[in-house]
Amino acid sequence: MSRVETPDEASGAMIRTKDLRKVHHADGTDVHAIRGIDLVVRPGEFVAVMGPSGSGKSTVLHLLAGLVPATTGEIWLRGNRLSELSEADRAVLRRRHVGVVFQFFNLISNMTVADNVELPALLAGASPKQARTRREHLLEELGLSDRADTSPARLSGGQQQRVALARALANEPSLLLADEPTGNLDSTNTRDVVRLLESVHDQGQTILLVTHDARVASAADRVISLFDGMIVDDADIRPAYDSKNTIGSILDL
Amino acid sequence: MRSVLLALLAKESAHGYELKQALEQTFGSAYPSPNIGQVYVTLGRLEKDGLVRGEDVTQSNRPNKRVYDLTPAGREAVAEWLDAPSDGPRLRSEFFVKLTLAPLAGAADRMTLINRQRRHCLNLMRGLTEPGHPEERGNRVATLLVEGARLHLQADLEWLERCQEALT
Repeated sequence: MSRVETPDEASGAMIRTKDLRKVHHADGTDVHAIRGIDLVVRPGEFVAVMGPSGSGKSTVLHLLAGLVPATTGEIWLRGNRLSELSEADRAVLRRRHVGVVFQFFNLISNMTVADNVELPALLAGASPKQARTRREHLLEELGLSDRADTSPARLSGGQQQRVALARALANEPSLLLADEPTGNLDSTNTRDVVRLLESVHDQGQTILLVTHDARVASAADRVISLFDGMIVDDADIRPAYDSKNTIGSILDL
Repeated sequence: MRSVLLALLAKESAHGYELKQALEQTFGSAYPSPNIGQVYVTLGRLEKDGLVRGEDVTQSNRPNKRVYDLTPAGREAVAEWLDAPSDGPRLRSEFFVKLTLAPLAGAADRMTLINRQRRHCLNLMRGLTEPGHPEERGNRVATLLVEGARLHLQADLEWLERCQEALT
């Protein structure tokens, strides 16, 4: 009977939330950051979350990553109800199945870039050779091959951000959660990140990211718009016209 | 189209089909493949206005072609066109009018209009990043145009968020 209470096992959802709410208490007042979110993300989906600042985008991501507890409501990741797991079990779930990139990168400054990226794969049980091959591939894709032996402290913000993304993908997680993964990047680096996300998406990984960058969002299958702690739109993305037509219509001589 | 053809002719004289090809090569896929009829009609009007001069060149085993050259007045027109300031940014004013009037007309609510417009912008953006776009093909002029279109769409989306905060 108790199994019936985890419907996501039957539905096969990667992420599922039920009436998720988060209230912050600040200076004696309650701030309702998230006001009832019901969300289902299926395996292999690429979902972007957009919305003005203060709409609750980052809070949703932190809740899904298990970084902060929900005030009320439930989250299931791969059929695991987060509130039922111990802290240790949540850590195991993250290490094995979830890659996370936050706006603060948390790179380890007394390790090289290469070691930072390889670490999660090694912790999850990959062989040193597998971890190195994966790291070389990711740094190459992100234009950072020549920085492998550097300390992250010597990198620019944009470079650190890409290393953090490489680290999150090192373990080939079934779910990638990312908060503004191109927030510090110029146009060329944004393009490299979008291409990498598209390629991991093509390999079947599930992606949920928060972004204000329309280029990143438009690479997703689906864009969820948050406003005032609630979902106000949930739309599939498809090219407005065939690509030739769209590009041809840019310039109107 | 008039100014574009004049500018191309400032470099060298050409016939209509050569101008069409020059347009395609310069702007790549960012330019909607020009209609040859439109090129000929525009050249005819420019000639009537005294900005270009056409001359028929006989070809041995093909029909004659008409080669165009800039007149001094045409050269002056190109210089004026290049020197004049171009239009500033333009808002999607039709959307803004709809957004403003929607409650009066009693139709869709503003949130619905904003959501629909956001979807439209994102779908356009997706169209600009599909495989085979100019960025992939290495045409720098076309790549810059696509980049410009993306930045406009980004600004539109941020502005939609402002509308959402202020009006809903």
